[in-house]
Amino acid sequence: MAKKPIEFEVPKLTEYTEVPAVTPDTMAHSSPYVSKVEFQEPLGYPGELVDGWQDKAIGAMGEMLGKYRSLQVFLDSCVKCGACTDKCHYYLGTSDPKNMPVARQDLLRKVYRRYFTFAGKYFPKLVGAVDLDKEVLDDWYSYFHQCSQCRRCSVFCPYGIDTAEISMAAREIMDRIGLGQKYCNEIINKVFKIGNNLGLPENALADTLEGLEEDVEDETGVAVKYPLDKKGADILLVTPSADFFAEPHVDGLIGYGKVFHEAGADWTLSSKASEAANFGMFIGSYENMRRISLRIREAALELGVKRIIFGECGHAWRVAYSFLNTLAGPFDFLDPKYPVPQHILEFTWGEIQKGTLNIDKSRNDDMVLTFHDSCNVARASRMGDEPGGQFTIPRNVIKAVCNNFVDMAPDTIHEKTFCCGGGGGLLTDDLMELRVKGAKPRMDALSTVIEDHGVTHMAAICAICKAQFTKVLPFYGMGMDMIQSVHGLVSNAIILTGQVDDDDEEDAEDAA
Amino acid sequence: MSFLTVTFAALFYVATAIFLIGVVRKIVIFAKTPAPLKIPTTPAPTTKTGVVLRMFREVAFFESLFKSTKWTWLFGWVFHMALFAVLFRHLRYFMDPVPAIVEWVSPLIEYLAFAMIIGLLGLWARRLLVDRVRYISAPSDHLMLLLLLLIGISGASMTFVAHTDIIAVKEFFRGLLTFSWGSMPNLPADPFLIVHLALVALLLIIFPISKLLHAPGVFFSPTRNQVDNPREQRHIAPWAQKLEDRS
Repeated sequence: MAKKPIEFEVPKLTEYTEVPAVTPDTMAHSSPYVSKVEFQEPLGYPGELVDGWQDKAIGAMGEMLGKYRSLQVFLDSCVKCGACTDKCHYYLGTSDPKNMPVARQDLLRKVYRRYFTFAGKYFPKLVGAVDLDKEVLDDWYSYFHQCSQCRRCSVFCPYGIDTAEISMAAREIMDRIGLGQKYCNEIINKVFKIGNNLGLPENALADTLEGLEEDVEDETGVAVKYPLDKKGADILLVTPSADFFAEPHVDGLIGYGKVFHEAGADWTLSSKASEAANFGMFIGSYENMRRISLRIREAALELGVKRIIFGECGHAWRVAYSFLNTLAGPFDFLDPKYPVPQHILEFTWGEIQKGTLNIDKSRNDDMVLTFHDSCNVARASRMGDEPGGQFTIPRNVIKAVCNNFVDMAPDTIHEKTFCCGGGGGLLTDDLMELRVKGAKPRMDALSTVIEDHGVTHMAAICAICKAQFTKVLPFYGMGMDMIQSVHGLVSNAIILTGQVDDDDEEDAEDAA
Repeated sequence: MSFLTVTFAALFYVATAIFLIGVVRKIVIFAKTPAPLKIPTTPAPTTKTGVVLRMFREVAFFESLFKSTKWTWLFGWVFHMALFAVLFRHLRYFMDPVPAIVEWVSPLIEYLAFAMIIGLLGLWARRLLVDRVRYISAPSDHLMLLLLLLIGISGASMTFVAHTDIIAVKEFFRGLLTFSWGSMPNLPADPFLIVHLALVALLLIIFPISKLLHAPGVFFSPTRNQVDNPREQRHIAPWAQKLEDRS
């Protein structure tokens, strides 16, 4: 059953993103497909909206208030100062006031107040408390699926209130009363059944990797291996499944393999943990997030590896860096010399510093690059030993393999980076309007560096960002191939030991 | 003792009890609720000392708000700092003998009452004039500003317009604090004083059931008070540990 594509106007880009005037309900129609019984039940949720859902939702909220300090403190502490109101890319792109972080939180907070606070029970009108009815539930479903959980608001909130925590809790409450989102829950089912988000079975994966080996060997003359389920390897690489074939993701995977090859690392992918993504986070489900994470622990144990390294993926790196030790640790069976887990960029930057990679930066001279900080990497994780390593390490690597690099405007990068518009479980075609409009602040900043500095390409380190930009750039009149994997750039610039380039061969033939 | 004096004595005992019990109860809830995952907003400090410094910058300088909106920061910071200074000055109405430092700074911070009022007016102007902030304001958000403003104006009026018998007021509160009701003088029946005290009592009562909980809340905010060390140190909540024990 295909929904008719919604007609919408693509926002006009501006040099700086302007804060729009409040225009109520411009996005009230936006909501993703509702999940089905077959995707709900395996995750432990009812198949459809249950009888007595109001009471059950309030019950679920009460239980979660006792389990998540973030939820309790954030619902109690907001003073409505307005600091966050102009910080969300979805508000900036849609001007719908319910996309202001505080207003989005209030959709849940006003129900919390009604059922859990003295003021809301006895003076609901005074404090803006309301009963949970169908209209409120519809608003929840619509607007909690217009939050990409990017945490930009939490940077600016004087109490650190993070709307992502509220959205996650709201989605978990909705799942528990049988109102799940199809996109996320179908994908989590695929992970449980097949092992990855894209539903690539083991043999297809093996074929794909073999194909990659052939391609790289054809191009370079060097037999770079992309091993799968290699027992006793030192390193388990866990990467988003988009890396196996999507563009420009796959260029990144090729790059990881080349770096490992040159570093002399013994590594493998796993068919069991053939997915770094963990959509359990998007739906706010600790249990599902844990179940997905445990696959990685099991794969590491079965393969007997010493280290775990993650490929380029934003939310996956958040779950890996911030949560994996909690969800699937302790990792005392791995080599204690290395952090668990590591990011591929930490590994590559280490090799660059050691000088093990032979790099010809001029091979990226056809591009002028900028870098998109992915929200989950920027605001929910770290790389390296120092706070802020998540900003410096990717840039260091890019600058080590490219001659031309320019940053976008300071209030759109680092901790203030704008979401690509497709994160948090919204990378689905039924939310296309939201994705296009939500990308506006990033597109504004990008188009400004294109005009001012002749930028030709934007590098990213997140599978969702890459897929989102590939889809959205054309709406703004830019080419979908502008978006690059950072390790794609590394791949371009590495000269493998014994590499024979086609060009060189031709030159050699010409000379002969 | 006059009816007024008895009423206000009872009111302040009740209000203080509600305030203390309500806020302590909430702090216990905040403290007891586990934070199951590491969610500091990064870049975040990697040591406890770093977290203490981050929290200090947050509560002393409103660091995050400063990053966000300079006007809100300016009015908000001026209001809060002036409020603390004015509260500090109020120690002279409760302490006997008055500590030298309070005595010494009192004349210096007297005029900060105006800073407090200006800060509140600025915040209210934003709430009324900026469409986004107007949209998110409930009646209680406006009334809270009105309440604080009236407290500030009535208080400042006693310093700058019509003095009350401050010695009697002090002896009234000393009497309340030491539970020596016999020696308590009657509370002066000055309108500014009555309004001031009544509204302060109201503020104490609504504190634990209102957004004023942001004061204890900020210290419990996981995005601000967690150390960024999830790879080095395993963090697990008791309820999450139970999931593990089961499987």
